[in-house]
Amino acid sequence: MKKKVIVIGGGIAGMESSAHLAALGYEVTLLEKSDKLGGHLLNWEKLFPTMRMGKDVVTFLNEGIEKGKVHVVCNANITSAIQKNNQFSVFLENNTTYLADAILVTTGYDLFDARRKEEYGYGIYNNVITSAELEGIFLNGFQIVTAEGNAPKRIGIVHCVGSRDEKTGNTYCSKVCCVTAVKQSIEIKERLPDAEVYCFYMDMRMFGMHFEALYREAQEKWGVNFIRGRLSEACENIDGSVLVKVEDTLAGKPLKMSVDLLVLMVGIEPSAGTKQVGKMLNLQFGVNRFFKTADQHTLTNVSNVKGVFFAGTCTGPKTITNTITDARAAASTIANYLSGHEIDDRIMASDIQLVALW
Amino acid sequence: MVDFGYKIAKDRQIDFDKNDRSIAQYVRKHEPTFNLCISCGTCAATCTARQFTDFSLRKYILLLRRGENKEVIENIHKCMLCGKCQLVCPMGVNTRGVIYRIMEMCI
Ligand code: SF4
Ligand code: SF4
Ligand code: SF4
Repeated sequence: MKKKVIVIGGGIAGMESSAHLAALGYEVTLLEKSDKLGGHLLNWEKLFPTMRMGKDVVTFLNEGIEKGKVHVVCNANITSAIQKNNQFSVFLENNTTYLADAILVTTGYDLFDARRKEEYGYGIYNNVITSAELEGIFLNGFQIVTAEGNAPKRIGIVHCVGSRDEKTGNTYCSKVCCVTAVKQSIEIKERLPDAEVYCFYMDMRMFGMHFEALYREAQEKWGVNFIRGRLSEACENIDGSVLVKVEDTLAGKPLKMSVDLLVLMVGIEPSAGTKQVGKMLNLQFGVNRFFKTADQHTLTNVSNVKGVFFAGTCTGPKTITNTITDARAAASTIANYLSGHEIDDRIMASDIQLVALW
Repeated sequence: MVDFGYKIAKDRQIDFDKNDRSIAQYVRKHEPTFNLCISCGTCAATCTARQFTDFSLRKYILLLRRGENKEVIENIHKCMLCGKCQLVCPMGVNTRGVIYRIMEMCI
């Protein structure tokens, strides 16, 4: 009989790992709490660094699901789960029960609620928006306008909002927002060539392949400006524009500037679903509140509960590229486990102390 | 002037809305590699003028971008146009070209 795997969360990681698990010959059930698959990717128009359409990737992922005949359950609200003799039973609100030999958790992230960084005025000043809202403007083909209905002449972009910040409790880097800022700056300049764009950053973390090239293009071709310094505050001018204050750390002087629109690059946080499913399955969380993997280098898809595995951003911020790679790695890890080759035996057998930090 | 034992300090804040950024705009237009500077400081590290004076191309490019022109105007002539900076710049900024254009605006 085919062994069964339940995948919890139908975003990128859940979709790609389901497709691979199905290809490996398992009977896969994918549980998604919303009414469709795709997760955050559905809200994104173009993807860094190549500017290809997000919906192309959704199509690719959907094809994997169809080819693999993955059993997809949307609007799935999990109420509880029990484990008995290496068998799991997962119960849904609508009284259906699913059985599995392994569970893969792909519950992903939520975006940081910018209201929590109140000194930047999101939800208070009309001309402060988030990166996700700007993306929505692109996705829906809307015009970029200020709250007063004018085309903005100067736009400020703030990096690290809700990331790398003890005040918000999120001390880690969200990884994707620097390059998103560069991507969105270019997209603004494509639409508003005469507007000035200023990015306020602490470090430009252009770690991925082609990110540096995109950063260069933003400067060379589009004249996007980068000011090193973290905003201390934003306040509203009488005309509705937003006055930002920052230490220009390269000039060694404080700087003030009015912008017509301020865009906050909101970071990545463990999702509500990650917290809920984690509690239900007794999974361990790390200091950053993402799931703690059994080892940071070698067992990145393995949880503290035998038979439960992780993929994607539920263990920490990842790009789409890295999420897809991680999803496939998780499928392969589960295949190892289900055929009796437990990869954690290798490391458990030696005397390596598992580092408990993350 | 009577010494009252205190004085009024000049505002050090860069007032971006009021500052004159015309020199930067001129350089940007005629030497687009001006945009590429990431303030890494390699140019300043190799510069002989930098070794003996306060002259710093890294700093001056940045100050012009902010419209803080005074220090640049007062110092840009210290450059000997030797071109060492151009050999080391990791971003491919045409540093001598940038300096020429700045000088054009400063006479
Ligand atoms: S990727 Fe950039 S903007 Fe995002 S948290 Fe890291 S340093 Fe900050
Ligand atoms: S060209 Fe000018 S700035 Fe460059 S190294 Fe020579 S003296 Fe210094
Ligand atoms: S070496 Fe090039 S990039 Fe670095 S500060 Fe000098 S001009 Fe700018």
